[in-house]
Amino acid sequence: MTATTQEPRTSPEIGGLGHSRRRVEDARFIEGQGHYVDDIELPGMLHMAIHRSPVAHAKILSIDTSEAEAVEGVLAVVTGELLANYNLAWMPTLSGDTQAVLATDKVRFQGQEIAAVIATDRYVAQDAAELIRVEYEELEPIVNPQRSLEADAPLIRDDKEGQESNLCYEWESGDKEAVDAAFAGAAKVVSLETFYPRSHPAPLETCGVVADVNSATGQANIYMTSQAPHAHRTVFALVAGLPEQNIRIISPDIGGGFGNKVPVYPGYVVATAASLVIGKPVKWVETRTENLISTGFARDYYMKGDLAVDGEGKILALKVDMISDQGAFFADAQPSKFRAGLFHIVTGSYDYPAAYVTTRGAYTNKAPGGVAYRCSFRVTEASYMIERLVQNAAYEIGMDPAEFRAKNFIQPEQFPYMSPTGFVYDSGDYEKAMRLAMDMVGYDEIQKEKEQARAEGHLVGIGMASFTEVVGAGHGEEYDILGLKMFDSAELRVHPTGKAILKLGVRSQGQGHETTFAQIVAEELGIPASDVKVVEGDTDNTPYGLGTYASRSTPVAGAATAIIARKLRDKAKKIAAHLLEASEDDLEWEPGKFTIAGDPDSSVSIQDVAFAAYTNPPPGLEAGLEGVNYYDPPNMTYPFGTYIVVVDVDPESGQWKVRRMVAVDDCGVRINPMVVEGQIHGGLAEGYAMSSMQYITFDEAGNCIGSNFMDYLIPTAWETPRFELGETVTPSPHHPIGAKGIGESATVGSPAAYVNAVVDALQHLGVTNIDMPVSSDRVWAAMEGAKAG
Amino acid sequence: MNITVTVNGTEHTADIEPRRLLVDFIRSTLKLTGTHIGCDTTSCGVCTVLIDGTPVKSCTMFAVQANGRAITTVEGLKQNGALSPIQEAFKEHHGLQCGFCTPAMMLVGTALIAENPDPSEDEVRWGISGNLCRCTGYVNIVKSIQAAAAATREAANS
Amino acid sequence: MYPAKFDYLAPESVEETLSILAERGDEVKILAGGQSLIPMMKLRFARPSTLVDINRLPDLDAIEVANGHVRVQALARHADVVRSDVIKSENALMASAAPWVSDPIVRNLGTLCGSVAHHDPEGDWASVMLALDAEVVAVSKEGRTHFHPGADGERATGGSRVVPIQQFLVDMFTTSLHPSEMVTEIRVPRYDRGGGSYQKLERKVGDYATVGVAAHLELDDQDRITKAGLALTSVYSSNLKVTDAEQVLVGEAPGAEIFAEAAQIARNACDPASDVRGSAEYKRHVVEVFTQRALAEAAGIAQGGRS
Repeated sequence: MTATTQEPRTSPEIGGLGHSRRRVEDARFIEGQGHYVDDIELPGMLHMAIHRSPVAHAKILSIDTSEAEAVEGVLAVVTGELLANYNLAWMPTLSGDTQAVLATDKVRFQGQEIAAVIATDRYVAQDAAELIRVEYEELEPIVNPQRSLEADAPLIRDDKEGQESNLCYEWESGDKEAVDAAFAGAAKVVSLETFYPRSHPAPLETCGVVADVNSATGQANIYMTSQAPHAHRTVFALVAGLPEQNIRIISPDIGGGFGNKVPVYPGYVVATAASLVIGKPVKWVETRTENLISTGFARDYYMKGDLAVDGEGKILALKVDMISDQGAFFADAQPSKFRAGLFHIVTGSYDYPAAYVTTRGAYTNKAPGGVAYRCSFRVTEASYMIERLVQNAAYEIGMDPAEFRAKNFIQPEQFPYMSPTGFVYDSGDYEKAMRLAMDMVGYDEIQKEKEQARAEGHLVGIGMASFTEVVGAGHGEEYDILGLKMFDSAELRVHPTGKAILKLGVRSQGQGHETTFAQIVAEELGIPASDVKVVEGDTDNTPYGLGTYASRSTPVAGAATAIIARKLRDKAKKIAAHLLEASEDDLEWEPGKFTIAGDPDSSVSIQDVAFAAYTNPPPGLEAGLEGVNYYDPPNMTYPFGTYIVVVDVDPESGQWKVRRMVAVDDCGVRINPMVVEGQIHGGLAEGYAMSSMQYITFDEAGNCIGSNFMDYLIPTAWETPRFELGETVTPSPHHPIGAKGIGESATVGSPAAYVNAVVDALQHLGVTNIDMPVSSDRVWAAMEGAKAG
Repeated sequence: MNITVTVNGTEHTADIEPRRLLVDFIRSTLKLTGTHIGCDTTSCGVCTVLIDGTPVKSCTMFAVQANGRAITTVEGLKQNGALSPIQEAFKEHHGLQCGFCTPAMMLVGTALIAENPDPSEDEVRWGISGNLCRCTGYVNIVKSIQAAAAATREAANS
Repeated sequence: MYPAKFDYLAPESVEETLSILAERGDEVKILAGGQSLIPMMKLRFARPSTLVDINRLPDLDAIEVANGHVRVQALARHADVVRSDVIKSENALMASAAPWVSDPIVRNLGTLCGSVAHHDPEGDWASVMLALDAEVVAVSKEGRTHFHPGADGERATGGSRVVPIQQFLVDMFTTSLHPSEMVTEIRVPRYDRGGGSYQKLERKVGDYATVGVAAHLELDDQDRITKAGLALTSVYSSNLKVTDAEQVLVGEAPGAEIFAEAAQIARNACDPASDVRGSAEYKRHVVEVFTQRALAEAAGIAQGGRS
């Protein structure tokens, strides 16, 4: 258990925990020397373009590639039929389903991969891809899960033996009986039906691969946009039948991941197969339209929640029913035991004994996905549900929403807290964070202003969200993806001159691991962070890990790093004792130095020890100073916080503007405060985007509306609000350095805060809900609707 | 078609087809990969370069149009081996995370400062409203550009 | 992402350009800013066989006052219009509209004339020009061997014609420009005492308008409206000039009541589609609200003593 203070223990020169160390990775990016997949050029490299289906649901009657093959510069046109000869037309998904690599029998979503052209130049590849002629017999497209689950809906997955309906999964958690009893005795039941619309991570770098399979040696070097290179390597070995030792996945610099780069996409597989057959490197980098229409989307969740409350405003129980739209294939990257991810944390930050959560997933004629976009495996959906429900409950009971929360928060002394759906929250002080946020925003003053404003016909709203995150997947007993347990790893080696190299099983896409993980080593070993090189992403050169997503790097690989550094420190102590000719028990440690207790002149630095590890190791002790740790986390970690948003709504146009956004986060010990704040800024902006404008929808014909950046709206610096950040620090008791992870907190917690603020501005008019995106037309429609009804 | 383009002070001649986008010419022909591609509807701005000092989305221009013009890409920001004020500022103020939008942001920031040496936060946000970022929420990008403006003013005054 | 193949010509003079257009006008496309055309070509919605790049034509980028008009020549960029002191002092509506067009980077290349000639039905400039009763100057070869841009006199004789904007804009993506013609400038009449305002509801910078309202008012010394221009963006099959509302305003004193009446007419005249940006009902409502706002702002500027 580490100190709660955020004062660094090490000097700025050493740069351990708590220092806002400037980033190591910046040096190359600011000179345009980033090394992204599309920057890679190999001798003889070919280019691939994919021909995609314009229709959402259809039988494929014929595919004619002859015109495409005749285009000068085209080397090959690959179809599903061709791949089927290598047993590659279908591949497993990370959820244990199967997914078409290239469609053979049917097309199941608009934008699905039909065929691929390999050519000398990407312009030529696109020319040829256009000339592929496909005959379709269209079928009824299913664009929502409600239709999908109707008895007479056409079967989408008729390729799956035994699949008789479009039901993809069914899963539940909690105690129905206890909940029914609680509801029976409740003074009030508050209900909310809400839809969390489809969104897309849309990192600025799209997905891509350069597959280089050497026909002479059998070595397959696959450069790909991958957040989980080792898991991908294993999947490639299983899918492509290539021996795993010959597969090297190299995930170079990644221009944003946000969960979009966790799944294995058909393009990767086809490019690899093409390289294998043709014997040359093949590059495939998707366009933005391809990215939005076919890769892992996020959310698309219909939720109905009921909250039972007693006469004093105490929550008694929660019931939630959910249907998720899974698209044409069940391809979520999430722990296999939890078919709805960690949605069952929908109980939130509140203390009550009973909850019952029922979930179903449906196949539809849309791209596969759902778990992505900084969601911590569906915690975005869960957090949104409970924080909207709690806000509405406060209105119905006639309590201030902050006081309602305070009355129901899990109290600090209750941790570790077992939730009604089986989560063991590690630590928290929810009211402290909330009060700090209220202080920062001037909550009481704004509530007064609101009353005044209403009298004058202005609309001001203040909305809050007090979220609890669950990250750091995860303990081996419960967490695996495709059977791979969700440990993570750190391999640390100290060189004779006292410098070090740290190799990790995770993979940053902008989170700054090269900077922050070195700080963990600096903290534990006193080696200056600038002397520690951090390596990720090359499966030949790093220990096995499950990658970076769901905010798991710090909780898991960060723990592994601290532990292996401590192990090395233990060995260093032995070497130090040998050098000082003293007993280990007589030695004291301060960052970077061992000293004989009571004899300050008798000391050796960690650098002296490192040198000695190679030149003068104690007899009986192995030379070197290195080791690897595979960390199986004992539990998840639970970052939390309170966000408060103040909005002004134009009653005539329905447009709204964020006046204030105050965010208090508690992610335990912060390795690098500057980096942590950057992560929060990004998440708050994404939350704003989702609450105000980001939206992918489908028309009745199955056409995707939102398949390019003209229709799928990402806010610019002009719309994005300013943010005010605050912090509390409640360390995780089970994490070696007390850190909890921060990457997704703001994306998880903020949408409800924004929406609660707008609803709050209109609440006196009778508005109780507006589904996201809360666009100006929806605000106006809600006001009109409340007037009428 | 033969074209001659000056990029970061160096003249290049090439024979390219008219439909080759300027961004492709920069990346594939000149091998300067600091300029990026992020979308297909001229919406994201990661392809922004300076043509005669003016920011332009290089994905929405053909290389042949740049015949005879002078282009600055991110690789041209460093002068005489020293990082420019904007590069220093982005590093100091954590103005980047994944780095993909960063070259464009720095070039647009540079042009902005040249036209407006003391931009307010609003003016910076307006000035970069043609460039998207997914990682930073723009906060530190704005900070970095304002810091670069201050450093530039100081250098001019000293 | 990548356009189909095309041939490329980069003439160095207007004469050269007009010769090309005279011969092959129906198969070539003019490339000015390219910020509307090139995106369409990249998505392969447009596949011209030949592009004629006019960016090298000299002396064609002025924004200036000439003969009672304010004129914007073919190669003046949106950004030039935003920055122009001439526009700021001469035409409040144009000054108000310019910053709303697309985004700051696109504005560096895109041209006002190109935008109007392209006639995207959701484009902003066409509404502005309709409200201002602009004129489009189109030139063609037609027997002339010399062309003198920048001359003081009216270019009245053969080879050039002046087309009122309402005639010029025919339908979405369609103008009355003959294939042998090229737009060299768009001009609006100067006014003594007037004001204008462009109100645009957009979801983010760079988005098309959900609703756009262009309003222009001219007042006499008695504060009576002598001229009114009102045009709408994105709420009809293409940009809509609401002449009925304009007629109601002329002769009246500016005021909330008359503006409300004009706004009602505008609301009833438009025919918006229900789509992701909002229901038809919502858009009609915004037309009404924004028309009132635009007229009030225009009147305020006019009465503020600008001349």
